[in-house]
Amino acid sequence: MMNTICQTHSNPSLRATGWLLLLSLSAGLIPAPAQAFCGFYVSQADTSLFNDVSKVALVRDGDRTVVTMAADYRGDVSEFSMVIPVVDVPLREQINVANPALLEHLDRYTAPRLVEYYDPDPCQDPRLERIRVTGSRIKRADIESASPVFAVDDRVTIEAEYEVGEYDILILSAEQSDGLISWLTDNGYRIPAGAEEVVGAYLKRGMKFFVARVALDRHTGSSVLRPLQIAYEDENFMLPIRLGTVNAEGQQELFVFALTRQGRVETRNYRTRKLPSDLDVPIYIKDEFGDFYRDLFTEQVAQSDGRSVFLEYAWDMAWCDPCAAEPLSRGELRSLGVMWLDDGHNWSPSQRRSRQGVDVFVTRLHLRYDGESFPEDLDFQVTGDRRNFQGRYVLRHAWRGDFGQCEAAGQYAESLVSRWDQEAQTLAKLTGREVEKIKRRMAAEGMSAEALNGWKQQPKKSWWQRLWGNG
Amino acid sequence: MHRTAEFLRAGQGALSRFHADPRHWQLVALSGLLSLSWLGSDFGSSPQILAAALCGALGVEALGAWWRRRTGRRPKPLQWKSALITAFGVSLLLRADALWIWSAAAAFAIAAKLLLRWNGKQLFNPACSGILAALWVSGGQAWVSAGQWGQTSLVAGYALGMAALTLSSARRLDIALGFLGSFAALAVTRALWLGDPLAIAWHQLSSGSLLIFAFFMVTDPRSTPDSRRGRLLFAAAVAVLASALHWGPNVQAAPLVALAAVGLLTPLLDQHLPGRRFRWTAAERRPLIPHSLEVR
Repeated sequence: MMNTICQTHSNPSLRATGWLLLLSLSAGLIPAPAQAFCGFYVSQADTSLFNDVSKVALVRDGDRTVVTMAADYRGDVSEFSMVIPVVDVPLREQINVANPALLEHLDRYTAPRLVEYYDPDPCQDPRLERIRVTGSRIKRADIESASPVFAVDDRVTIEAEYEVGEYDILILSAEQSDGLISWLTDNGYRIPAGAEEVVGAYLKRGMKFFVARVALDRHTGSSVLRPLQIAYEDENFMLPIRLGTVNAEGQQELFVFALTRQGRVETRNYRTRKLPSDLDVPIYIKDEFGDFYRDLFTEQVAQSDGRSVFLEYAWDMAWCDPCAAEPLSRGELRSLGVMWLDDGHNWSPSQRRSRQGVDVFVTRLHLRYDGESFPEDLDFQVTGDRRNFQGRYVLRHAWRGDFGQCEAAGQYAESLVSRWDQEAQTLAKLTGREVEKIKRRMAAEGMSAEALNGWKQQPKKSWWQRLWGNG
Repeated sequence: MHRTAEFLRAGQGALSRFHADPRHWQLVALSGLLSLSWLGSDFGSSPQILAAALCGALGVEALGAWWRRRTGRRPKPLQWKSALITAFGVSLLLRADALWIWSAAAAFAIAAKLLLRWNGKQLFNPACSGILAALWVSGGQAWVSAGQWGQTSLVAGYALGMAALTLSSARRLDIALGFLGSFAALAVTRALWLGDPLAIAWHQLSSGSLLIFAFFMVTDPRSTPDSRRGRLLFAAAVAVLASALHWGPNVQAAPLVALAAVGLLTPLLDQHLPGRRFRWTAAERRPLIPHSLEVR
């Protein structure tokens, strides 16, 4: 599929960009130019990059929250079940099922991207640059399984019982965690050993348990289960992750897509870091962008002792540049739970000018966690930060021709060699791969001094020879 | 030989003059933390932020000094060290999306220090009041990033080492340890009650933001009680209120709100548990005029 996307409008948050530029210059890090350009959406990277992945969309405004959980289960649907602590007993109208395409679209829109530039002929002076954009998508959740028989018992109180789409949903409360766990186990929910303490802690905080499984008579037979949504009001803006860490079968991957009116979302009880971005990498990464992204993420997790949450995207939903996918439509945003779209139109002039006029800021957070590195649930806060950020990696295609045909071509060849060296160093630093192996691979693909036709690398002159030109 | 001895004596003199005012060490420590925040955090402070905060703090401090001279009140030099510390604190802890917010917060902080006084003593910690004013007035454009320091032992060790050095001469280690001790007791009690592993309490206690708050904010000698018993009570009250606000209604910047609220109790604590009023330097400590006549 090839889909041309052309964006020429100006940056709607000019003040924020100016500010970013100011900060970046002071730090000696100049970001890639925030220019608008035409791009070609080429393809998506492999969707099965990570194992044990969950995806959650959180829409937050004041105390109002809508959580959408991708129940993306690929096994036998009769064995699917989901157990989530919730702050209160939701009414039937507070629960919904969403189209799975919503989270997939959000994922594609926010995915780290690869852009391509083509170097001009150094002997002429064309400024034309072509860019290709590649998005990446992530594999989905594996969820605990159970068999479908409900029972009523005095160990638990069934606060509510709903049929929502293909799901049968119970809201349970209990006095004792062991009673709740034995009830769940008796009713076919597979609860990992050692969950009593975690369940007990949630019950003591007055939380209920939302348990869902598929009603086979209402299931259409599709292998894809639709995401469940819950709308609620609570001061706490948190995501319970501890139940998922109890079974300790290695680390899990979580993607949080937060949509707010105000700005970026960050964790209060864990450090939020930016994924390294806007870096030139060797051309061959184009063929293995998925592997590159996975290695990059693994390396960054290791460098932060596994205790950070990574920001992969933070952007005003009204636009994107380059777009890994089109921004979500108003209808899609409403389906995800963006409740303020019809609340009134207190948009800033820049938002009013923007193409869609949606007042939504999206944050994509990615973390790899287990019980040891992330002992507490995730505690979020909405900040006023509307600076745009994206995970963006740059491929620069070299101009190929006779490097001896003009002086500029010779200088270009020299710059090319040092650029390739830098790209190899960057890739090694980002992914932890061996720099020599990277250089060998680059050389095999024609990215070395020897492959530059018509140019011979001169022995490096000393600084005084370069100073007076007498060497 | 004679010259070397003279040089050493001069160095010793300079060091003891430097050490005589605990604010010097505090400024060194805060500069280090600001550098860490600038270079080590993706959403940290920056020189521009510090410059904006300094403009606000020094501007209002200078205005105060000018007003004191004009009205013929007790002449007092510009309190630039205190203004610097306030600006450093605001740059370190407050996050915002526009530079003017740091200036306004620092300006408010110094104005509150100069104007909101009881019995010759400021009611609120200046940086704390400036940050809270920014949070409440800016309509979501300012926030406090409690996670920005993470749980890194580097920051913890740094904060502990430098803070101990700073506070040893200001004699305010008691309030920092009182606060951390009370907070730890509450966190551990909560974990035990919930049946949580102690790793959770430890995770909460090793937060870099908590350590910075404990060593650089709650310890301010000018806005906390004069007596040791009063200070320990004060520290425990801040810890209890901060925990209650965080675990209950999930108030943003709960420790800062708690510190400001408990600050209102300081005059009461000073009245019932009197102690010697803190002065930054030996010259300041000389009782030129009785406290009751002191007007600043």
